[in-house]
Amino acid sequence: MTARMDRRFSALAAEGRPALVTYFMGGDPDYASSLAIMKALPTAGADVIELGMPFSDPMADGPAIQVAGQRSLKGGQTLAKTIQMARDFRLEDADTPIVLMGYYNPIYIYGVDRFLEDALEAGIDGLIVVDLPPEMDDELCIPALRRGINFIRLATPTTDAKRLPTVLENTSGFVYYVSMNGITGSALPDPSVIGGAVRHIKDHTTLPVCVGFGVKTAEQARAIGASADGVVVGSAIVNQIASSLTADGAATEATVAGVEALVRSLASGVRGARVAAAE
Amino acid sequence: MNQSPYLNSFRGGPDEDGRFGIYGGRFVAETLMPLILELQEKWDEAKTDPEFQKELGHLGTHYIGRPSPLYFAERLTEHLGGAKIYFKREELNHTGSHKINNCIGQILLAKRMGKTRIIAETGAGQHGVASATVAARFGLPCVVYMGATDVERQAPNVFRMKLLGAEVKPVTAGSGTLKDAMNEALRDWVTNVDDTYYLIGTAAGPHPYPEMVRDFQAVIGREAREQILQAEGRLPDLVIAAVGGGSNAIGIFHPFLDDKGVKMVGVEAGGKGLDGDEHCASITAGSPGVLHGNRTYLLQDGDGQIKEGHSISAGLDYPGIGPEHSWLNDVGRAEYVPIMDHEALEAFQLLTRIEGIIPALEPSHALAEVIKRAPGMGKDEIILMNLSGRGDKDIFTVGKILGMEL
Ligand SMILES: Cc1ncc(COP(=O)(O)O)c(C=O)c1O
Repeated sequence: MTARMDRRFSALAAEGRPALVTYFMGGDPDYASSLAIMKALPTAGADVIELGMPFSDPMADGPAIQVAGQRSLKGGQTLAKTIQMARDFRLEDADTPIVLMGYYNPIYIYGVDRFLEDALEAGIDGLIVVDLPPEMDDELCIPALRRGINFIRLATPTTDAKRLPTVLENTSGFVYYVSMNGITGSALPDPSVIGGAVRHIKDHTTLPVCVGFGVKTAEQARAIGASADGVVVGSAIVNQIASSLTADGAATEATVAGVEALVRSLASGVRGARVAAAE
Repeated sequence: MNQSPYLNSFRGGPDEDGRFGIYGGRFVAETLMPLILELQEKWDEAKTDPEFQKELGHLGTHYIGRPSPLYFAERLTEHLGGAKIYFKREELNHTGSHKINNCIGQILLAKRMGKTRIIAETGAGQHGVASATVAARFGLPCVVYMGATDVERQAPNVFRMKLLGAEVKPVTAGSGTLKDAMNEALRDWVTNVDDTYYLIGTAAGPHPYPEMVRDFQAVIGREAREQILQAEGRLPDLVIAAVGGGSNAIGIFHPFLDDKGVKMVGVEAGGKGLDGDEHCASITAGSPGVLHGNRTYLLQDGDGQIKEGHSISAGLDYPGIGPEHSWLNDVGRAEYVPIMDHEALEAFQLLTRIEGIIPALEPSHALAEVIKRAPGMGKDEIILMNLSGRGDKDIFTVGKILGMEL
């Protein structure tokens, strides 16, 4: 496995705080602005970066990420460019883990072997592919693990005790717990319910468990981070980007700055998580 | 023709992972996976449960009006001067198309699974109407997702669904057609997994849908096979059906797949021609990819982004096709050809005048292929075409194109 992910999570465990995992859509609204956002994330307090790969038919995403994907595709983003974005980022940052997140078809069309080779060479550490459940492991998961790229699986409230071992079997890097049955950007359920689910997963794995779908504020990040090893924020960042754009969708000076400010606030949330929990 | 991997049969698929060759599978989000496995389990039980089959048969006879007639189109045959043309009259079913066969089957399954809410996607609105109908019949609330473009061009069906008590949710994403409606239905399903049954309207989606929908629609081919044997004492030479997602086509093809002498042709929407992007000929002009839970032929660009496509017929306006058709194409058991908008429109008008049957625009595509092939075939040869739906829903679309004020 690429070592960045494990190193980052052990360092954070030693520090006694959860990770802030930030999602944004690669190429939204254009390549240069999107790369600038990516570069700004670690200094603003992001510990792990999820780089979204746009897809025309994002079946598990709410309106915010759907529209972000459309902006990005309209701006000419392709999977090759998304990989290039990671490569460009790596020139300046050798430590922050990068996880590509999206849907299978663009990878399938790119070619699985060629994709894994290029992703590894670009410094990508993990993959989250929404429409590849364990039943489809032969497609990408097994080849990725063989190459040393983490395959991060989603566990959901519908993943019952019987199914959990199947979901965990070929998972590496971390486990992504989806906080609710729903699409990205929905309302966050009660943090105490989520805490119970996280503890249940942690009984079955030594991997870090990160929680996402619905986390929008520093306060929520703090509450979720009390039990989870990481907090994933996506739609809130994507919405922040959307609100900074001109009427015809172009980036402004506020685009990168707005994301920085939001991530800084979220980072203060995760940094306060265990303090709050200990009180 | 290549050998089938299924022991000399073309009817053995899918395998236990839901694959037809490389096609099919279960490409869905984890949230849906337990549901899909449960659905499969319940479907496997129901398939062999005599009680379930009895109820299905009873509703088929008394609610749908099965068997649908097999009709010898004498005047059309004479007009074309070649092969004898028979129609399997699925347009005479309750609600006006073959879609009801599948809906009755799936709602019985939904009931068996204790689900209390039905969702569906629809293109032409025929599946939406059929879903709303069975939901009314079984007293369940029903939400139908329909692309905004289709809401407009299939207005009579939208009204029908509302009368039946369904909620029609227009989908504005993408070009507002069937693909976008399906995305939105999947999002609803992920959000409401506990009480909701997703009634997919065609032989596509994650396993077990392609197999299950096919089995519910195979009643078309089983009846037709018996009826033609009775009428002609032999099997047809050629079976033709229109292909959107592929449910009416696989329904009529499947019982004939192991009859070596029977040729199969699936007709895709050629739209305004295959040169540009304004068509829905997934097999003829697409390539294998993964969408909506299965691997199959898709219209897509070099980056794996799905294209929108176009067809005059809302029911064929889908950039994919059921996985079993992709496989039947690759092994050479069935042939897939495109028919252009204008050819379908001409066929629509011809049938209306010559046989007094107003066909839906979807089977008008199949009919246009019949019109091309029949004259070149011998008078002793037989074509069987699936007349999958009636055209009442399309009169506004056709009227507009023909410049008539309705
Ligand atoms: C009458 C009719 N025929 C055919 C179709 C195409 O669907 P399928 O390919 O699943 O039969 C439709 C879809 O709406 C339809 O209404």
